[in-house]
Amino acid sequence: MSTKVFPSPQAALDGLLFDGMTLMSGGFGLVGNPESLIPAILESGVKDLTVISNNCGADKFGLWLLLNNSQIRKMVSSYIGENKLFEQLYLSGELELELTPQGTLAERIRAGGAGIPAFYTPTGVGTVVAEGKPVEEFEGRMYVRERWLRADLSIVKAWKADPEGNLVFRKTARNFNPIMAAAGKVTVAEVEYIVEAGELDPDAIHTPGVYVDRIVLSTINEKRIEQRTTRSRSEAAQ
Amino acid sequence: MSWTREQTAARAARELKDGYYVNLGIGIPTLVANYIPAGVRVTLQSENGMLGMGPFPFDDEIDPDLVNAGKQTITQLPTSSFFDSAQSFAMIRGGHIDAAVLGAMEVSETGDIANWAIPGKMVKGIGGAMDLVAGVKRVIVVMDHTNKAGESKVLPKCTLPLTGVACVDLIITNLCVLAVSREQRGLRVLECAPNVTLDEVRAKTEARLLV
Repeated sequence: MSTKVFPSPQAALDGLLFDGMTLMSGGFGLVGNPESLIPAILESGVKDLTVISNNCGADKFGLWLLLNNSQIRKMVSSYIGENKLFEQLYLSGELELELTPQGTLAERIRAGGAGIPAFYTPTGVGTVVAEGKPVEEFEGRMYVRERWLRADLSIVKAWKADPEGNLVFRKTARNFNPIMAAAGKVTVAEVEYIVEAGELDPDAIHTPGVYVDRIVLSTINEKRIEQRTTRSRSEAAQ
Repeated sequence: MSWTREQTAARAARELKDGYYVNLGIGIPTLVANYIPAGVRVTLQSENGMLGMGPFPFDDEIDPDLVNAGKQTITQLPTSSFFDSAQSFAMIRGGHIDAAVLGAMEVSETGDIANWAIPGKMVKGIGGAMDLVAGVKRVIVVMDHTNKAGESKVLPKCTLPLTGVACVDLIITNLCVLAVSREQRGLRVLECAPNVTLDEVRAKTEARLLV
């Protein structure tokens, strides 16, 4: 009988990587990143990638590793900050960048997974984002047409999976992961826990298993914090 | 005496009404959460996928899976909810968020805003700013009135790449509070910081002021 569970990140990506492919990678900043699958892609040496991800990792971490190894030809992202290499490569013209507002990026990915080739949004009208795109008036307001995004492969990070591939995410680590899971021709999910069938409440599943082809247990769960911000108990008591 | 960062944030907090759902940007806008008046219940939205943000955590409460849109560690409340990025921006674009408070590099007298890039020099990226200014009911900008060179950031027309067109409702600077007029071109001076005169505001503002 077939199984979706794979023994290692390398095994979970076996046969799925090819030069020139389009890859979606979940996460917002360094939260909810497929931390174990990215190094396996680094090791594979696959190149000329188009990567769709809100950020491109951060200095020395996450997708930054692929950028640093010259494996990425183009990024589709909303944000560059906190990643000097990304900014340098973009400003020097070495890296192609399709800079997309975060909400437009999310909706383009959602549309890709849902079989909707284009939609209209008010976001970016009158800015460089709308340049060269059709703009149309609906009920007195202008909207710009944006197209779907789909990928050859989506890599996502979830908290728990069952053997069927039903996924549950944790707190703000959900972010782009569920919509990317739906927008990949093939989706590989790395998870912190693989639980027995029946352990997940069917009413509380965030991503139904139909969207997930392969599951692997995370081997790296560093979860680096970018902005450690705290308050003191004495301050709180005031 | 112009307003400090904290005082500017406190002034912005007074714009938030009981029952509001609010998105706060990075920098001075984040400080607004510290000054929400007593008796006013405001629910904070974070565009990475959370409604009902709590305060910063104590050292032993830090959770790397729980951050705000500035990637700062935060906490959840008993009423919080989490959701994916498409859902998050559906509530922003769909007009379900009452107010956004955000920083800016430039604002124009017609309510245009620029806050994401300086061509050839700096590009931080757009993030959620374009969606917020396009979708949130009331857009409040909080910023210094002038740049480091002392030049007005409140201009007849923005010179930097735009984030949104005719979308700003209120500008709160260290010197004054300005409302973007929908009836005639220009900015109405609603209030000056203590001991800041209208003449000083005029001298430091390139945009057209309606007084």
